Amino acid sequence: MIPLSWYLIFSTALFCVGLFGVLARKNAIGILMGVELMLNAVNLNLLAFWSYLYAAQMNGLVFVAIVFITASAEVAVGLALIISVYRCRRIVVADEMTELRG
Amino acid sequence: MTTELLLWLIPLLPLLAFGLISLFSFRSRGVSHGLALGSVGLSWLGSMVIFFRAIGGLTSISSSDFRASRFDWLPLGKGTFQIGMQLDQLSTVTLFFVAWTVLMIFIYSVGYHNYGSPIGEYDLPGLPPHGAVIKDKKGRSHRVPSVEPLYSRFFAFFALFAFAMYLLVLTDNLLVLYIAWEIMGLCSYLLIGFWYARPSARDAAVKAFITTRVGDMFMLIGLAALYSISGTLSYHEIFSAQALEKLVSSQAPVLGLSWAGLIGLLIFFGTIGKSAQFPLHVWLPDAMEGPTPVSAMIHAATMVSAGVYLALRTFPLISAGWAPGDALNPTMMVMATIGAFTALFAALIAVGQNDMKRVLAYSTISQLGFMIAALGIGAYVAAAFHLVTHAFFKALLFLGSGSVIHGMEHGVLHTNEQVDPQNMFKMGGLRKKMPLTFWTFLIGGFALSGFPLVTAGFWSKDEILSKVFETGHLLIFITLALSALITAFYTMRQITLTFLGKPRSKSAEHAQESRPVMTLPLVVLAFFAITAGWVGIPGNFPAIGGLLPNWFEHFLAGIQLEVEITNAYSLAPLFTSLVVALGGLTLGWLVYRRVSMGSPDPLQKPLGRVHTWLVNKFYVDELYNLVLVRPAYWLAETFSYQWIDKGLLDGILYAIGRFGLWLGQFFRTTIDRLINWIGDKVIADGVRGTGKQLSTAQSGRLQQYLILMVAISLLIGIFFIFTLFGSGNLGY
Amino acid sequence: MAVIQIVFILVAVVTIISAGMVVSVRSMVHAALWLVLALLGVAALFALLQVRFFPVVQVLVYIGAIATLIIVAVMLTRQVMQDVGSQLNSNWWLAAFVSVTLFIGMVWALSNWPGMMTTTRAVPPGGEDIVAFGKALTDPAGFVIPFEVASVLLLGALIGAIFLATERKEKQG
Repeated sequence: MIPLSWYLIFSTALFCVGLFGVLARKNAIGILMGVELMLNAVNLNLLAFWSYLYAAQMNGLVFVAIVFITASAEVAVGLALIISVYRCRRIVVADEMTELRG
Repeated sequence: MTTELLLWLIPLLPLLAFGLISLFSFRSRGVSHGLALGSVGLSWLGSMVIFFRAIGGLTSISSSDFRASRFDWLPLGKGTFQIGMQLDQLSTVTLFFVAWTVLMIFIYSVGYHNYGSPIGEYDLPGLPPHGAVIKDKKGRSHRVPSVEPLYSRFFAFFALFAFAMYLLVLTDNLLVLYIAWEIMGLCSYLLIGFWYARPSARDAAVKAFITTRVGDMFMLIGLAALYSISGTLSYHEIFSAQALEKLVSSQAPVLGLSWAGLIGLLIFFGTIGKSAQFPLHVWLPDAMEGPTPVSAMIHAATMVSAGVYLALRTFPLISAGWAPGDALNPTMMVMATIGAFTALFAALIAVGQNDMKRVLAYSTISQLGFMIAALGIGAYVAAAFHLVTHAFFKALLFLGSGSVIHGMEHGVLHTNEQVDPQNMFKMGGLRKKMPLTFWTFLIGGFALSGFPLVTAGFWSKDEILSKVFETGHLLIFITLALSALITAFYTMRQITLTFLGKPRSKSAEHAQESRPVMTLPLVVLAFFAITAGWVGIPGNFPAIGGLLPNWFEHFLAGIQLEVEITNAYSLAPLFTSLVVALGGLTLGWLVYRRVSMGSPDPLQKPLGRVHTWLVNKFYVDELYNLVLVRPAYWLAETFSYQWIDKGLLDGILYAIGRFGLWLGQFFRTTIDRLINWIGDKVIADGVRGTGKQLSTAQSGRLQQYLILMVAISLLIGIFFIFTLFGSGNLGY
Repeated sequence: MAVIQIVFILVAVVTIISAGMVVSVRSMVHAALWLVLALLGVAALFALLQVRFFPVVQVLVYIGAIATLIIVAVMLTRQVMQDVGSQLNSNWWLAAFVSVTLFIGMVWALSNWPGMMTTTRAVPPGGEDIVAFGKALTDPAGFVIPFEVASVLLLGALIGAIFLATERKEKQG
């Protein structure tokens, strides 16, 4: 009943919202939350395609599983980084983290 | 001992002596002169043996060469070049006088160099010895002559010279003759410059060598031409009838001469150099710088005679195509002219000389001119005869003058007077002090002047004059007669000034007779000076002719073209030669008998300017200096060295150096600086500035990076979609 | 309009609005909570796709672990941020523009694809075959290597996180 296009358009919209969050949020953790949204959009996209077209193959599902795993790893490390920076410099705003300047 | 073996041994013994002396025995004077004298003595003995065999064995006139010994020496393209030794009539008579004069002069040298005298304290090698001081029994010190420091060296060189002369006389081909010729030239150089520490001796040696070299160069060209045309240089092949025929008939490219004439002329130029004829005579007077035995042997008896010997030897070539009675061919004309002119020219110069040896040197030149003039008109036998007799009396005269100089030097040492012992105007009255020398010198002088009947010189000179007269060359006759007159004049001048009158210096008063080892050779040579003429008395001489057979002419008739003249002996040349000889002698005695101490030459006033010309040898040396020597110096020193070598070639090198430096500077200032500026300002600073400006893009702010990245990739994606796939069509 | 479509639209709207809230509210804690809601919505959509495994994983991992972690981190860093002022940085307009352009572009690109309108699903009505999925993950001819690498990645992340977050006692002193 539900055409594939609905899922795809929805996942695109979710992706773009997440992109906006990554590019525009000040707080570093906010950026990370945007990244999570993007990843979820990607997962949804993958599963939509798999479900409608490629259900006989397992590689779609495996891909999604890997994305889950990677997202978790990335969040863990990212938060660890942010906390580490917060500890040193007491900042959490991305624009103030300019040690890589120059 | 066969003749062939003797022919080889005679030259080789002196060569062996030279080797032994120079390598081993030069420290011992006695051993050196013993080796030299021994070798020359043995060569003399061998020469006498062959001589008598040759005379005894040769009664027939028709055999041309006999006793030859050859071997293959040089392998060539076709066949080999043969050399060897040969004995024929001409070499027999030449060998006779060479053997005697060489032996006599060797013996004389022992005494001349004061063997047995003490070594002088101030004597240095390369300078003539000037006396030693000894104390006699009473404790008084005298100065006596000292021994020559380079005694052994002298005998070594002399032995080498003897080798060369024997080789020249006995060889049978022109190439070995040329080799011996050059060795003699070398010995002449070495012996003239024997006292090498004297600059005048060194210059004289170089002058002698170079002047004779000029003649030798032409001679070599002549030999080369001869070889290339006839393919051989051996006498028996060149002088055969058909070879001469071929040479006469073929035309040379120069001056319209035949090849025989041209080659003869070129070889004659060698004779001009070696025998000191007119243009190349300048070396002989200067060669008197050497010791007197050297002057006697090399420049009187043997080496200069070698030039005439060569001319005699190649006479068939020179006179090819000429028969007695014809007009002279061009080469013979040149010979006769040069000979006659030289005879007169040199005799005139001799009148003005004050040095004893110089007078004799010019006398030699003059007499050689006689011989060559005789050969030039075709009088082969007369020329050979005069060659033989001249060797004896000229050697005698030189040795006698050496004895006189020794006596004068003794006087100089005794009185410590500073006088040149060779200057005749400081001598006088030596007849009483040195009687043996005086009588032998007188015999020699009379022989030179042609004193009638008893001296050898008369017979040979008379023969020349009569042959010249009979063949009708009157101009040459008059020239030669005039030369004979002047010869007698200056000879008597020399004898009068030296021996007669009163002593003109203290040294002359204290002169002493020389040792027997010096006077014995004088006696022997005087004997030959008297008797050598009697073997050539012409058959039709008035009164005496016919008593003794004209052995000389018969002997030599085998290899020459001259036919004995059987017509009546013309009295005119005989009369002329008597007048000339006796008149000249008397005139000389009259003019010079009253010269006293310090007075000038009696001829100076009457002759005036002419006398100055005679004394200065007609300024020929000065002319050569101006025309040849100075330009050569200029060419070497200024032109080649300074202009071309230093200026041009070094200048090119300096220019290259300066150019290299300039190029380096140029590269450094313009190009290098430009590149450095480009590197520095443009590239380095530019990059740094650009980098600085670009680095502001790196803010360190993560979100800025991200947004730029996404925006740009979006743009690229839109671009690709619209360009690659066409708008709207994504190619599904 | 079938029931399922209405459900879909409802869930989609909720999720999008939550996502919008996540990126725009001022307070970080609120943003974290809105994130949880968005993640739930996504889980619901997974379920609508008839994949039985993944909504569970989504709730467990994302909401249970990741969102929790984010809330903890927000708590830990709250002192500095006073939650005042705008939460958007100075380039937000460019970001908005880029996002919108991207959305429009992708939708347009997708719309050209004929397969967009399919309504038939290839997935069997009961959902995916879990056993086959499990086998695929551990089959050497299958996807065991990516699976193991992902494990190593997790291990690395674990160690890295511990390392990074450890207080440096000697430095801080």
